[in-house]
Amino acid sequence: MEQTYAIELHNITKRFGSVTANDKVSLTLRKGEILCVLGENGSGKTTLVNMISGIYYPEEGKITVDGREVRIRSPKDSFDLGIGMVHQHFKLVDILTAAENIILGLQDEVETHSEAGEGRSGIPALKRLRRGASRQVIDMKRVVADINALTEKYGFELDPYQKIYEMSVSQKQTVEIVKMLYRGARILILDEPTAVLTPQEADRLFAVLRNMKNDGCSIILITHKLHEVLAVSDRVSVLRKGHYIDTVNTSEATVASLTEMMVGAKVDLNIERPEPKNPVKRLELKNVTCTTKDGLHSLDHASLTVYGGEILGIAGIAGSGQKELLEAIAGLEPVSEGTVTFYPGENQPREITNLDVAGIRKLGVRLAFVPEDRLGMGLVGSMDMTDNMMLRSYRRGRSEFLDRRTPGKLAEKVKDQLEIVTPSISAPVGRMSGGNVQKVLVGREIAQHPKVLMVAYPTRGIDINSSYTIYHLLNEQKEHGVAVICVIEDLDVLMELCDRIAVLCGGQITGIVDGRTAKKEELGVLMTKHMAHLSDEEPVPEERSQSSGASGIASGQDRRGGAGK
Amino acid sequence: MSVIIIFIQKAIMQGMGILFGALGEILTEKSGNLNLGIPGIMYMGGIAGLMGAFFYELGTENPNPVLGLLISFLCALACAMLGGLIYSVLTISLRANQNVTGLALTIFGTGFGNFFGGSVSKLAGGVGQISVSTTAGAFQTKIPVLSKIPVLGDILFSYGFLTYLAILLAFALSFFLFRTRSGLNLRAVGENPGTADAAGISETKYKYLATCIGAGIAGMGGLYFVMEYSGGTWTNNGFGDRGWLAVALVIFAMWRPLNAIWGSVLFGALYILYLYIPGLGRAAQEIFKALPYLVTILVLVVTSFRKKKENQPPQGLGVPYFREER
Repeated sequence: MEQTYAIELHNITKRFGSVTANDKVSLTLRKGEILCVLGENGSGKTTLVNMISGIYYPEEGKITVDGREVRIRSPKDSFDLGIGMVHQHFKLVDILTAAENIILGLQDEVETHSEAGEGRSGIPALKRLRRGASRQVIDMKRVVADINALTEKYGFELDPYQKIYEMSVSQKQTVEIVKMLYRGARILILDEPTAVLTPQEADRLFAVLRNMKNDGCSIILITHKLHEVLAVSDRVSVLRKGHYIDTVNTSEATVASLTEMMVGAKVDLNIERPEPKNPVKRLELKNVTCTTKDGLHSLDHASLTVYGGEILGIAGIAGSGQKELLEAIAGLEPVSEGTVTFYPGENQPREITNLDVAGIRKLGVRLAFVPEDRLGMGLVGSMDMTDNMMLRSYRRGRSEFLDRRTPGKLAEKVKDQLEIVTPSISAPVGRMSGGNVQKVLVGREIAQHPKVLMVAYPTRGIDINSSYTIYHLLNEQKEHGVAVICVIEDLDVLMELCDRIAVLCGGQITGIVDGRTAKKEELGVLMTKHMAHLSDEEPVPEERSQSSGASGIASGQDRRGGAGK
Repeated sequence: MSVIIIFIQKAIMQGMGILFGALGEILTEKSGNLNLGIPGIMYMGGIAGLMGAFFYELGTENPNPVLGLLISFLCALACAMLGGLIYSVLTISLRANQNVTGLALTIFGTGFGNFFGGSVSKLAGGVGQISVSTTAGAFQTKIPVLSKIPVLGDILFSYGFLTYLAILLAFALSFFLFRTRSGLNLRAVGENPGTADAAGISETKYKYLATCIGAGIAGMGGLYFVMEYSGGTWTNNGFGDRGWLAVALVIFAMWRPLNAIWGSVLFGALYILYLYIPGLGRAAQEIFKALPYLVTILVLVVTSFRKKKENQPPQGLGVPYFREER
């Protein structure tokens, strides 16, 4: 083939310890096209592009840019090749203006933009002097003029003098993209650019991307939203669990075909799943809504009933509101609308909406929360097991002095029962492996005899054996009548462990399905359900009513009713 | 009338040493390093400058004032920058805790100053016997003609060259920070080292340079006290809490060099106010001496209320940066 590709990846492999994030992935980006890289969470999309942008270095394989084989060892190398990456987390300095951020780190106005300054003075020596001075002293007017020329060309809306901290997320993203273009990037990589945008903003972004494409830029778009793929891309490459699956022309792809490529066939894991016994209503969420600083709904009218004696799984693409859902229940995230009600069983139901953690505990509601950030929110890494146990129980002490003996006993017990590998209970938990840290955390929470146990990504970064121990622990709690809510990203695990699965998408619950009969494709569709947003004008209210009436909830409730009698 | 002129003069004289310290600390903090070692570094600069001049004058028959000035200036600069280098190696390369390192450096620097101050005193023949009159005289030389103008000359032109250097430095620093590329990069390093790193800025280089040069500037404050303010003598712990006033002034000035100019004069004025209010008891004097700190707290309270981002400390201040940690 004569056609030169903007970027070619050949058999790229990247491992992190024993985990293979990318396994012999090959990919091509044609000049002047928009290529979508599609895949679930943990499929290795971001790792792959991070190797193009110089953040990681591949163990095997080669990368060619414009037909030349290159080694990209740092972001700067990548940059020198004309590759610009817009990360999910913006790299901007808050108190600086857009223009200042754009020229950050540059030694001079980029050559291609500085032609306007030529010919102002005829004498070469003077010119050189002026150039030298202008190297250091910022000519803000010229910078702004250059930026405005760029934004006009591609149709961005940007005020170069605006400070970053006054900007909305979408404006910040514009700054990032313009920053790359200003520095002369011709290949642009965007990592989940629409995750933080409203549908209208996403539309605007896509319009700009199309303009850039028509101007000859090549664009890689990482996403897991199928409708975006179909709306904007020329070709789609699909990754699944670190493997390259296939590349297809977007015009020949459909939602169904892409979903199938993305989620793949079901894998059997043999996780035990005892039948729920005597499920009783434990927790009820009605229209719970959480609002971010930018006014977006991170959780959007979520209604959910949780039963004791069952495991409720929460599925969804990362950042769909899982964290907010759990934290709203636990009293960590303010709820702007809706109610959370706890049903103690024999006593009157108690509303715990917007109570803080201590307030919830005071009411006698035993909630346990195993957060995603184990060593940040869950445990104190530099403290030993005993002290970490004590964090949860020190309030119960009767005297002024600390009672280290009781938590010490508990620590020993947890260590023995969960087979935690540590030299002693007085070793700092931060030095344990991820699996053992998680066991300490789960063990401590379970020791509180909770009525509701919430776990977020309990097996993330944990080896297989420990994962099964954790599944077993969750099942044990379920058999004790605890209502278990767990957020897990692996659909295969969810489908084998959970009795019911609630699917979140864009902060909304798009469906609740029975874990025993759920189909992977069905979950995949629910996870990307708000695709309708993009094409329809005002789909939001209808969407919600549709989903709440979906068969998933009905069947879940029915089964529950039947089992209860 | 003349009392007011003298008061203003003294306030400015008090203020300039603090201004040097504050300018050095502003430069350092803009890079994200909270160097609490500034008081110690000022001692180091002061004693090194004094020693340089002392040994020069000791070993020469007819010391040349300009040469003495140059020697003591360079000695002070080098020693203070060495202090900054110690801090940089510990906090930037070895990633030691900035607060602990800074406080330790202050303790070290004070001891360093007192130790060598004592040694030099002994060589000179006893406490208070150090005499570097030629060099000190050079430092104290006023602007020739202008200082003769009545009132205006007394207030504006009757100081040694370090005073004007301090003001000039403040303007230069302000221009550097807010108008040049390197200044922009430096601010980015202090605000968000990860972003700066991604933009291809070497945060290590910027932090080292800012901290060492900042320490050098702060050392000038020590030199100022020893040479111009005290006329070339050494007293143990002679700077009092002026080093800390410099750190407080950084907050007061909201990290802006130009604010630090008038802030330093204000601090100087408040610091000596008690001398000019008749009938103050010992206890009341101490309260007056604490006024600069009270004003700083007041500024902190007000800026915290207004929550304007520009008036806040650099976001990355005191936080070590690891590229691998994401």
